[in-house]
Amino acid sequence: MRPNDCKFLKSHEWCKIENGVATIGITDYAVSHLSDLVFLDLPKQGASVTIGESFGEIESVKAVSSLYAPISGEVVAVNKDLPDHLEWLAEAPFGKAWMLKVKVSAQSPDLMDVKAYDAHCKAEG
Amino acid sequence: MQATALESTHVALGARMVPFAGWNMPVQYRAILDEARTVRTRAGLFDLGHMGRVKVHGRQAEAFLQRLQTNDVAAIPPGRIRYAMILNEQGLTQDDILVYRNPKNDGFFVVINAGNTERDLGIMRSVAKAFDVVVEDCTRSLGMIAIQGPLSQQITQRFTKGDLAAVKYYGWIDTTVCGIPMTLSRTGYTGEDGFEVYVPTGHEKKVWDAFFEAGAKDGLTAIGLGARDTLRHEAGMPLYGHEIDETTNPLEAGLDWAVKMNHDFVGKQALEQVLAKGGTGRKLVGLLSTSKRCPRQGYPLVKGGQQIGHVCSGNISPTLDTNIATAYVRTEFAAPGTQLEFLVRDKAEPCTVRETPFYKRAK
Repeated sequence: MRPNDCKFLKSHEWCKIENGVATIGITDYAVSHLSDLVFLDLPKQGASVTIGESFGEIESVKAVSSLYAPISGEVVAVNKDLPDHLEWLAEAPFGKAWMLKVKVSAQSPDLMDVKAYDAHCKAEG
Repeated sequence: MQATALESTHVALGARMVPFAGWNMPVQYRAILDEARTVRTRAGLFDLGHMGRVKVHGRQAEAFLQRLQTNDVAAIPPGRIRYAMILNEQGLTQDDILVYRNPKNDGFFVVINAGNTERDLGIMRSVAKAFDVVVEDCTRSLGMIAIQGPLSQQITQRFTKGDLAAVKYYGWIDTTVCGIPMTLSRTGYTGEDGFEVYVPTGHEKKVWDAFFEAGAKDGLTAIGLGARDTLRHEAGMPLYGHEIDETTNPLEAGLDWAVKMNHDFVGKQALEQVLAKGGTGRKLVGLLSTSKRCPRQGYPLVKGGQQIGHVCSGNISPTLDTNIATAYVRTEFAAPGTQLEFLVRDKAEPCTVRETPFYKRAK
């Protein structure tokens, strides 16, 4: 069950906005399809991220995938322990495997609610 | 999308299926690195139903193949196999193939890449116009299953009366497997001992299940395309679309051993010109990197801030326990031990040139 207070991108990032700050991560669907994760590259605190642009990379045994920002704004916190604990992504993709907290200046118009995202995942197979 | 006869078998085994060269294929059943280790230490079973399979026969079959591809078919004894390439007139690689001379010396069998099957068949039919030869696409009438790994012979021998110890590397026999007449070759794409069997359509599942069940107690498991790529890369075998493609010639790819200039094949003149010029100025090399990042296809290689090459394939090697890559570099940077850097998101990471193969099994 995906949390219904999160919004989602088709590219399988999620964000949860509270008091003008968005917590960002990737979904269980992304984690299961990437499989065998080996490396995660995240921006530093103070960096800015832009809607639709890559804010980092995640690497599996076979491939590198870009991570796309669902919102624009300044990075106010980074989950620094996550790159050394990639197993958290499978254990709790919406919990302790959060990636960034970003002070929101704009939101992607393409964000979906959980119902639409569930349907999107089902369609992708 | 096309499906092999074993598609539902893979799904039932829990495989992650992906589109590959127009086929729905298993990329992994378990963790990719674990699958690769299984093949190095025990045995693995591969569905290769997607690969192209072509019979070539007729009075001028040998002359046709001499024109079509780079190796010297006249030198292949009955029941033996050679690696070769199909080139275009510019000497650029259209595909890499295996050429089998029938054990009874009554024709040939050619195995080609899934992604190039349609183009290869077109080239073959075009070249065939000048010869008394029949080119017969058997991709749909034959399945293909490989068993690879040190226990391959022990497991396979349970299902065939053919004497496998007598089948040499790159040799093949007509025999029966699970009571079904078929051909079997001592070939593979992993760097391990092993066999590939060409199963008449309709019998694939019977053969797969027999090997799978009998091999399970020896540690045999099904292996997907992900581990297959890792294994072939460790063993220094090129993959079409990575080390070789229609922008590379076999000389710069280090495949000159599969090119015999004693016969007149398509692309020979272009290769002669390359030889006369002393090469193309670049060479395929191996790279090792202990960086946290793995060098991947397309990443630039730099030396002193200047780009001097690019990566063709990169893998995390479970056997060497480090990152391995193959890359084209300018020849002056091709010597083993040369320190280079690869760029990942504009960040430079160190790597070192070394010989391939990265892995050679103990014989």
